[in-house]
Amino acid sequence: MTVPVEALKVESLHKSFGQIAVLKGISFEANEQDVISILGSSGSGKSTLLRCINLLETPTSGKVYVHGELINMREMTSGERKPVDRKQVERIRSKLAMVFQQFNLWAHMTVIQNVIEAPIHVLKLPKQEARERAERLLNRVGMYEHRNYYPAHLSGGQMQRTAIARALAMEPEMLLFDEPTSALDPELVGEVLKVMRSLAEEGRTMLVVTHEMGFAREVSSRVIFLDEGLVVEDGSPDSVFDNPRSDRFRQFLTGTLK
Amino acid sequence: MSDIIAYLPLILKGMLLTVEVALLSLLISVLLGMLGAVARLSKSRIARALAGMYTTIIRGIPDLVLMTLIFFGGQIIVNNIGEKMGWEYIDVSPFVAGVLTIGFIFGAYMAESFRGGILAVSHGEIEAGYAFGMNPTRVFFRITLPAMIRHALPSFGNNWLVLTKTTALISVIGLQDMVYNASNAGGSTRKPFTFYCVVAFLFLIITGISDIGLRRLNKRYSVGVRRE
Repeated sequence: MTVPVEALKVESLHKSFGQIAVLKGISFEANEQDVISILGSSGSGKSTLLRCINLLETPTSGKVYVHGELINMREMTSGERKPVDRKQVERIRSKLAMVFQQFNLWAHMTVIQNVIEAPIHVLKLPKQEARERAERLLNRVGMYEHRNYYPAHLSGGQMQRTAIARALAMEPEMLLFDEPTSALDPELVGEVLKVMRSLAEEGRTMLVVTHEMGFAREVSSRVIFLDEGLVVEDGSPDSVFDNPRSDRFRQFLTGTLK
Repeated sequence: MSDIIAYLPLILKGMLLTVEVALLSLLISVLLGMLGAVARLSKSRIARALAGMYTTIIRGIPDLVLMTLIFFGGQIIVNNIGEKMGWEYIDVSPFVAGVLTIGFIFGAYMAESFRGGILAVSHGEIEAGYAFGMNPTRVFFRITLPAMIRHALPSFGNNWLVLTKTTALISVIGLQDMVYNASNAGGSTRKPFTFYCVVAFLFLIITGISDIGLRRLNKRYSVGVRRE
């Protein structure tokens, strides 16, 4: 049996926007090959949590360790916190690829240009190698035929699959998904979930903020439920869904908790 | 008609000068415009205030007044400094004064165009750049700038056309552009209307060619945009 390697550790994470406290002390660990679904109603702080991990949001307090490396923060005179070393943040970000709810593909670049951009400019890959990697990945997500299209001419599902290829091209240690299917028409959700499922089966480490209960239940290895900025449930899908400890989660499942 | 033919070489020589001044001023205005836009949007309050003052003052004073101010005033200032430093009398050429003034004026207008263009860039795309580990410079040149160009192009094109026409003002400080030469020709032949018509026509050629060029640029930069 292989010893699980810690991929991510979040310690006592707090995040407030001005007076409003969104994360009130989140702690959890993720090992390599974990597929963790983060559930919660709107405002529970799940997207904020994800964005604190790759520092798109700066935590008000708490620690984030990526593969054992602590992201060093310091406090400024204004009371704000800032990363100590911008290069450390950039390096860590290059290992944590994110897939956004609004896709965020670069509109002035074609599908394949989107996928080779970061490998060339951040990982310093030679152009030919980046192209080959991109073509392989686009084939994998079913977007190879559309590689010279611009995002404006794609459907939501096609854009999101491209975004997934873009993330994979970085050969990340962990994939962060921020409600990847929430902006999609229902018919297009399936094709994206299919790709995500295949990634999970491949053994990728994934952190997925989602509303897709089916995915959470069937594909993830662990489910975390956030309510009002705190972890209320954390366990295997079966134990959380079948025997929730909290009323909040029960309410959430039945749909009364909005 | 024969008068036109007689004076045509002179007027065309002036047209060349007009185009030279316009292109050089464009270069200066684009550089100042980028600096101004970045300053207007910067986190530093001082930068924002300075840039704000620059654009407000320039947009609030007539170009003609600024032109004469900088040319005549500039000449005096340069000579005062020169006297104190022991230099010889420096002649501020109308060409230099004209190019600097027009570049300076349109730098302010370009700053506003570029600022608008930068603000219109999708924040999500910029965020994605950072999320993939790009540093701020890389994000600016690879993501913000190309997107900004598309947004700023219409207003940039406008500025260019107005700039081209504004070069006519340099005739006032003695630069022998086509307006100056046409004015002399018209005076000598007592046919001002004729010669101003010629100049108008030549200006239309310049702006017409610019228009075609701008439309091509627009098409190239709109390549990824959905036709609504």
